[in-house]
Amino acid sequence: MGVIETLTHAFPELLLVLGGMILLITGVFLGDRYSRHISLIAVALMIGAAILTLLGQGASANALFDGAFRIDDFAVFSKIVIFVAAAFAILMSIGTLPGEELGRFEYPILIILAVFGMSLMVSASDLISLYMGVETQSLALYILAAFNRDSRRSTEAGLKYFVLGALSSGLLLYGASLIYGFTGSTQFETIARIATSGETNIGLVFGVVFLIAGLAFKVSAAPFHMWTPDVYEGAPTPVTAFFAAAPKVAAIALFSRVLVTSVPDIIDQWRPIIAIISVASMTVGAFSAIVQVNIKRLMAYSSIGHMGYALIGLAAGTPEGIGSILIYMTIYVVMTIGAFACILMMRRRGGLTEKIADLSGLSKTNAPLALMLTVFMFSMAGVPPAGGFFGKWYVFLAAVNADLVWLAIAGAVASVISAFYYLKVIWVIWFDEPAPTFEREVKPALRFTAAGAAFLMFPLTLFLVGPLREAANHAASALF
Amino acid sequence: MEIGLGHYLTIAAILFSIGMAGIFLNRKNVIVILMSIELMLLSVNINLVAFSQFLGDMTGQVFAFMVLTVAAAESAVGLAILVAYFRNRGDISVDDANLMKH
Repeated sequence: MGVIETLTHAFPELLLVLGGMILLITGVFLGDRYSRHISLIAVALMIGAAILTLLGQGASANALFDGAFRIDDFAVFSKIVIFVAAAFAILMSIGTLPGEELGRFEYPILIILAVFGMSLMVSASDLISLYMGVETQSLALYILAAFNRDSRRSTEAGLKYFVLGALSSGLLLYGASLIYGFTGSTQFETIARIATSGETNIGLVFGVVFLIAGLAFKVSAAPFHMWTPDVYEGAPTPVTAFFAAAPKVAAIALFSRVLVTSVPDIIDQWRPIIAIISVASMTVGAFSAIVQVNIKRLMAYSSIGHMGYALIGLAAGTPEGIGSILIYMTIYVVMTIGAFACILMMRRRGGLTEKIADLSGLSKTNAPLALMLTVFMFSMAGVPPAGGFFGKWYVFLAAVNADLVWLAIAGAVASVISAFYYLKVIWVIWFDEPAPTFEREVKPALRFTAAGAAFLMFPLTLFLVGPLREAANHAASALF
Repeated sequence: MEIGLGHYLTIAAILFSIGMAGIFLNRKNVIVILMSIELMLLSVNINLVAFSQFLGDMTGQVFAFMVLTVAAAESAVGLAILVAYFRNRGDISVDDANLMKH
């Protein structure tokens, strides 16, 4: 395949990286006054990339750039979720970042670059492109965490994220080097061919374990979750909204692709590790969130728990399991973005408030916001018929069908425990004495995002979950 | 004594462990953490080049160059964040990075 033809398959990525660079130059010349326009163009770029990805789906080209980059239905599905999540993250930041005196034009550009990295991650089919994708994403995310550079908390969050992120990259890389050394190739397909034959290769297993540890950091699964609460709390709220959605999808998709396409035949070696990580994450998510008073920290522990549930599907390792991960992550992204849109509406006297206590009596002072938050909390708790229930249902179902009944039971128990703190938030909203009202003036983009996500979670999810499941299972079958 | 692949892997593993220990044991200075991270990445490079030589395959050396490039970018970003942190705090002690604790 010629260079030009290869490049035509990577149109969405080219659009992002070229668009990002042009916007950067434009921003440097025009300055921060135009940051709003640059953000809107960035949203358009995301939508454009999503449409290009969708259009390119038919011409499924498997091995581009000498097998380093792969466009299949799995990549297409994950990319569209990522692009749309990032578009909403930028949209939500437009109204809210200037309020915190942060309306700098670099913000949407850093998101574009991070999303480019994520796009590489979900398409990576070679250890080198895997590493480059992870790093492209991470370097942009470190800066985003410290984006409020005059705030002590934000810079501390950035520093912590950087140190632990770099450590995890080191682990991932060490694992990659061992896998390369003991199989003689960096390409997933070749590794899979060698990993099948004969007796267990200890060096390879060692490498896979390091790789899993590195990737577990990136998806913030326990016991590698320490950075998540601090980064979520310290980073500016619109940044946290972005962190909670798109990067998680990319990391989980990469996690699934690596394990399922490069070492499928030694699943007995890595399945226990994934299962343990998954149970640990669900436990940490369920118990640590109970004592939190800051809603961003609560969301951090909640996301750790959610990653645990998603990893159940990976532990199953079947096409059904991978499909259930995609369903779970799609629903997770919608409810997370909606919940953060609500959190961004918690404004008093020009500033954001973050305490759960600030929500008390919200049903009496701001009924629509109370209703939307209630939908999201029910959905995250997994209460039927809200969206989150279906995500958990399919993940558990996949585990049971893969003879991992104990894992499904552990998940069900964890989700009952975690329901406690979600319901506590709902209790505060509906039954506590009213706190002072939030500002009435809300950016239309936020209101639209929150309301749309709430409708998607209930009742639209009842109609959409069927098609979603079909699309996810179709996408997952591309890996097998 | 013939120096073989095992020796290279051992030294890389030792350097990697020193780097990791440097991150966790160090309580004083964030700069030392940056150096430890660099040590980890470079020990991986030793691994990659040794494997590449042993296997007679160039991919490992290409990988090593990618790692070098990324390590440079990573240091730049890390130092930039560290400067922003220092301007807010006036010091870079690891123990003081505890504004958010529960």
